[in-house]
Amino acid sequence: MSEWLENHLPKVVLAPSFIAVLIFVYGFIGWTAWVSLTRSKLLPKYEIKGFIQYERLFDSPRWDTAINNLYIFGALFIVIAMVLGLLLAILLDQKIRVEGAIRTIYLYPMALSMIVTGTAWKWILNPGLGIESMVQGWGFPNFEFDWLVNPDYAIYTIVIAAIWQSSGFVMALFLAGLRSVDGEIIKAAQVDGIPTWRIYTAIIIPSMAPIFLSAFIVLAHLAIKSFDLVIALTGGGPGYATDLPATYMYAMAFSRGDIGQAASSAMIMMLVVFAIVVPYLYSELRAKND
Amino acid sequence: MKRFAFATVSTLAVAAGSSAVAEPQAEVLHWWTSGGEAKSVAVLQEEFASNGGTWTDMPVAGGGGDAAMTALRARVLAGNAPTAVQLKGPAIQEWYEEGVLADISNVAEAEGWAEVLPASIAGHMKCEGTWCAAPVNVHRIDWIWANADVLAANGIEMPKTWDEFNAAAEKLQAAGVIPLAHGGQAWQDATVFEAVVMGIGGPEFYQKALVDLDPEALTSDTMVQVFDQMRTLRGYVDENFSGRDWNLATAMVMNGEAAFQIMGDWAKGEFLAAGKKPGEDFLCASTPGDGYLYNVDSFAMFDVDGDDKRAGQELLAKLIVAPNFQEVFNLNKGSIPARTDVALDKFDICAQISAEDMGSTSANGSLLPSYAHGMALRGSQAGAITDVVTAHFNSDISSQDAVQQLADAVANSY
Repeated sequence: MSEWLENHLPKVVLAPSFIAVLIFVYGFIGWTAWVSLTRSKLLPKYEIKGFIQYERLFDSPRWDTAINNLYIFGALFIVIAMVLGLLLAILLDQKIRVEGAIRTIYLYPMALSMIVTGTAWKWILNPGLGIESMVQGWGFPNFEFDWLVNPDYAIYTIVIAAIWQSSGFVMALFLAGLRSVDGEIIKAAQVDGIPTWRIYTAIIIPSMAPIFLSAFIVLAHLAIKSFDLVIALTGGGPGYATDLPATYMYAMAFSRGDIGQAASSAMIMMLVVFAIVVPYLYSELRAKND
Repeated sequence: MKRFAFATVSTLAVAAGSSAVAEPQAEVLHWWTSGGEAKSVAVLQEEFASNGGTWTDMPVAGGGGDAAMTALRARVLAGNAPTAVQLKGPAIQEWYEEGVLADISNVAEAEGWAEVLPASIAGHMKCEGTWCAAPVNVHRIDWIWANADVLAANGIEMPKTWDEFNAAAEKLQAAGVIPLAHGGQAWQDATVFEAVVMGIGGPEFYQKALVDLDPEALTSDTMVQVFDQMRTLRGYVDENFSGRDWNLATAMVMNGEAAFQIMGDWAKGEFLAAGKKPGEDFLCASTPGDGYLYNVDSFAMFDVDGDDKRAGQELLAKLIVAPNFQEVFNLNKGSIPARTDVALDKFDICAQISAEDMGSTSANGSLLPSYAHGMALRGSQAGAITDVVTAHFNSDISSQDAVQQLADAVANSY
């Protein structure tokens, strides 16, 4: 008996969470996929009607806006946050004084919830309260910075707020990566008289490839599931100019009683996540098997 | 163990005792949780208790009722619906189609609801001929509010047509006053839009376009004119309107920063709370044009088991429509009674205008449901229209394109 227990204890202990994940993650993914093929309105129905919800989805200009916003937001947010994070990490890595204090300051935005970030930036960017009115008050009456209320630029305000929140975190990731590079190699390069920027571009950064990958995955999933930031900062407006797939899905499911439509948009969101995560998992698993 | 057994027995005894008398029980799901609204519900709660009923309050705040609807969905799917739920307009019919609403026709007939409610409002309370909901109040949507001093200083009268409004707005703009206080949220854009549809197209056009969703009306030249007027109005709001809450827009009218606001009669509550007097400090009038757009709050009655719950449901329905509650509740909330036989002496001048117009428009068939507030259309159709309206208002889409998008969005929303 005790031998059996010894052999099977890990499985027994893991079984409840395994079953929970099976039902509440994969089970409900399957349920959502099913509902997305029906004409469910207020309550879910289970009679399959084909791909009508997906046709409606791709005919909807609001969904177009939401998907385009996801591309703009995702690309800019990931690239800029990573570049900025790397830059901050390299600057912080120059053996400066009070590094601990500075690191904490940059990391602090991550401790705020997105709702707080969104609300604060809403005030900062509001033309009547924030930067625009302040600069105009300094005596530049022609100064304009109305991105928040301009439908063509409002999505970039979300990028700004999200970068402000996340780049400190990326910096911490990269800083850990920089510290893990073997000091001997760097010293050898310095002895050979190689300039510092070459050491970074040719030795340090290439050896941090796994860090880039994890930073990318973290930022990508933050971008795709972004919801609270949009709600707090712009409420999806002006009009629906800053809608993202997550806010679209929420509006359909909870405000409009259009569950089928919400389910189909959720499935598309999941496919986008798959498109990013599957290659990553593939490369990870292959590396382990080698 | 002994104590447990005792507790169980006594609970059973209490349960048995209560079911024998069939003491009226009601669990009421609503989202009236803010100051004035909560006070209004408390009135009903007290009346219910003084008639021997037990009221279980289930307030779910948040999202303008979205959170409450999510709670309702969960309860209905679990087969345990509340007795009465704050629901309105076509949502009542939508839930009826799910087969979960009760029939309260015996109460309605005993109380003679058909005689005291305007016909179009009574229509919302019926599900295929049987009564399934009780109306609480009538909010008028197509109001235009104005700062009396600002109008007097610029020599402007309350506008009777949209052309007059535009002329007044130009004058105000030249004088450095913001003509229209507006908050750039989708539902507020939709509120202004439906007032313009009614004003420019008239009640018949409104009925065809926003109630029947007639594709010809949606793509007509009249609709193009409506969007032209929306574009004109866009020029009369200040730069900073995006995302502003409606009560902040009301405050702009109050302190003279802006002259007009187009908003339902809950805006009146803001003026009154600030100590402003109707007719002196602020003016109320229907938006230019004929007709009356209403938003009727009501309680839908869900199918429940048990005599005590049935009794509670019937008592609740009776009390809600009774004249006493209709008067007290609406004095608190700023709306007007849904029944037409309540004396209006205690109500202010704006409410009296509203009640009078409700009577006259009901007689000539121009008493119409508000689309922006979920009275005329189901969620997905109303949402599709609002998407187009707010996208047009917040960008530079031409009126022709907007009309085409409107027809496409409606066709795509089923």
